Amino acid sequence: MIITTTWYLLLAAVLFSIGTTGLLVRRNPLIMFMCIELMLNAVNITFVSIGSHLNDLGGQLAVFFVLVVAAAEVVVGLALVVAIMRRRSRTNADDLKILGG
Amino acid sequence: MIDLVWLIPAFPLLGFLTLICLGRSVREPISGWLATTAMAGSFLSTLIVFIGMLLEENENRQTVFTLFDWIPAGDFKVEIGFLADPLSITMCLFITGVGTLIHLYSIGYMHGDLDFNRFFTYLNLFAFSMLMLVLGDNLLLTFLGWEGVGACSYLLISFWFSDPANATAGKKAFITNRVGDWGFMVAMFLIFFNFGSLQYLEIFDILGSNQIAETTTTFIVLMLFVGAVGKSAQFPLYLWLPDAMAGPTPVSALIHAATMVTSGVYLLIRVNPIMVEASAWSTGLIAWVGAGTALFAASIAVAQTDIKKVLAYSTVSQLGYMILAVGCGAYTAAIFHMITHAFFKALLFLGAGSVIHGMDGEQDLRRYGGLRSLMPITAGTFIIGWLAIAGVPPFSGFWSKDEILAFAWDKNPLLWLVGIITALLTAFYMTRQVILTFFGKPRYLDAGDDAGDDAGDDAGDDAGDDAGDVQPHESPWTMTLPLIALAFLSVVGGLIQLPFSSSTKRLEHWLEPATFHNETHLHLSSSTLWVLALLTLAAVAIGIGIGISTYLKEKIDRQIFEKPILNNAWHFDSTVSKVMGGPGFKAFEAVAKFDKRVIDGAVDGTGQIVKKTAFILRRSQNGLVRTYALGVGIGAVGLLIWFLSRTTI
Repeated sequence: MIITTTWYLLLAAVLFSIGTTGLLVRRNPLIMFMCIELMLNAVNITFVSIGSHLNDLGGQLAVFFVLVVAAAEVVVGLALVVAIMRRRSRTNADDLKILGG
Repeated sequence: MIDLVWLIPAFPLLGFLTLICLGRSVREPISGWLATTAMAGSFLSTLIVFIGMLLEENENRQTVFTLFDWIPAGDFKVEIGFLADPLSITMCLFITGVGTLIHLYSIGYMHGDLDFNRFFTYLNLFAFSMLMLVLGDNLLLTFLGWEGVGACSYLLISFWFSDPANATAGKKAFITNRVGDWGFMVAMFLIFFNFGSLQYLEIFDILGSNQIAETTTTFIVLMLFVGAVGKSAQFPLYLWLPDAMAGPTPVSALIHAATMVTSGVYLLIRVNPIMVEASAWSTGLIAWVGAGTALFAASIAVAQTDIKKVLAYSTVSQLGYMILAVGCGAYTAAIFHMITHAFFKALLFLGAGSVIHGMDGEQDLRRYGGLRSLMPITAGTFIIGWLAIAGVPPFSGFWSKDEILAFAWDKNPLLWLVGIITALLTAFYMTRQVILTFFGKPRYLDAGDDAGDDAGDDAGDDAGDDAGDVQPHESPWTMTLPLIALAFLSVVGGLIQLPFSSSTKRLEHWLEPATFHNETHLHLSSSTLWVLALLTLAAVAIGIGIGISTYLKEKIDRQIFEKPILNNAWHFDSTVSKVMGGPGFKAFEAVAKFDKRVIDGAVDGTGQIVKKTAFILRRSQNGLVRTYALGVGIGAVGLLIWFLSRTTI
């Protein structure tokens, strides 16, 4: 059985959907973070697979950018989460709505 | 030497700034001398520019000096620049010359006033604004000066503002002038719209090369005339000038007789290339308004009892002559009369001020009498002023008035008739004033039995009931010296323009660069001119004769002339006040309500709509991160569907 590009794309789609659903339904900030990482990596899989399908290095190059940005985002995001947790523990994402109109 | 023109307004500005910085830290005469020195410096620089201009050829006498860009806004560009030409320099000469004399006079007149410094600060600011008005090379700069002199006029009329009547008079002047300013502004908008420039010389160039519709120029001229009617106190906006006499007398002399009120005439003459392009009925209207005002105001002056009110109505009347001349296209005659009028009317006002000063503030003609021997210099100079304004040859007033009347005859004999009746009335009321003041029995000793109660008049601010104690005295030299100088000028002022031959018409040749040969030419034979002059003389003689037999010899009952209706100015002022206080006020309130409900309502309504919509929409911003994520997700899915639907697979 040959594993074609379609399989990889399907895997990426499934992972992305899981990430999206998790982001929308969970309220724990840490879980939401993990879901975002899941979505990013799903996108990374599509980059790599299409890159290999087209025999183009550009796909892998894009992945590095995504990784760097994701790392930076995690640094800022986790710092925020830690800072909020220190002030009010057991907080979930829906409690943080003081900027609501 | 012409390029020193910026010095002319710089001196009064410097004086104003110095005085305002010094405030009350200088003592009384010093500030007055500072202001006078500033004016004298301005006069000297005008003289230098004048001599420099005389040395130039006739065609090089019109130059523009630009200091800097004032408003550079796209196509709209206004510079601070001075237009030095014979017209503006002539105006500057008598503004600074008469101005210096009046400053000097004020040192004596304002002696002992608590606000001595403030007075001179305003006077210098006035001189600066007036010079900017005259020298400005574009309409906007002229307008700046126009508003500046208006503001100074307001400040100086209500100089003694602790008396509510004075403050009201100031407000009245300011608000009445606003009507005229509206006309000026509309004219400016029209000029910029049609010519694309506000600079006089550029406008005249465009006027020469492009065809501008006659209706446009007519409308511009009429709107400028509305401005002139306001500032030069013509019917129906003259109302403010008699009230303006509430100010100190030097102010009446400088601002409300010699200089500021002539600026409307100046403006019309300055734009004479537009005037000649306008249709004939508009200039006819100008001439008729001038003639009508001259007669109307002269008839009122006959029955006034306040020495300054007589002169105020006389000023309105003389300004009417100038406007009449402008309407006839006789620009030189208008300027000529403006100059001689500046001399003799300033002289008369300063003389009146000297009398008031000597009588401890008494302004009622009926309480004077026999002051001739007690104030010899004032009386002598005042009599010269009387002869000049009445039009007795060889005094200056005769020449200028005669020239205007000749032009009036040439345009329309009816205009001339109105003019000559005015000349008769002028001779009469001035004779009355001189006799009541300087001749006859002294009446100031018998305290107000007959004065103040007849005709319910307006001598409201007379110094009162202790008239029995006054000791009339001659004024100090600072006051008499300007009187003598002005009297001299009133005698010889006519020399600048004598009608005998082409070479004696010096003013006409001198003004040629500014009038661009737009002047009307007289089509009268010299014999007609002689007859007209003799008729004028006859009218003057009759006027003086009636005056003498009524007031000196008392052969004619004076009640024949002093009708209450004339004393009340034909009830015009009170009617206007009544209309404006009653129905007019209500009409304007309705307009204000419309403004508040409809115009402001539209503006406020827009705000309310935005506010209410925002109140509903802001609920979408609920602060929940997951909702936003859902929004982003839906958006992404939407975009995806849109792209996919467009792609053919």
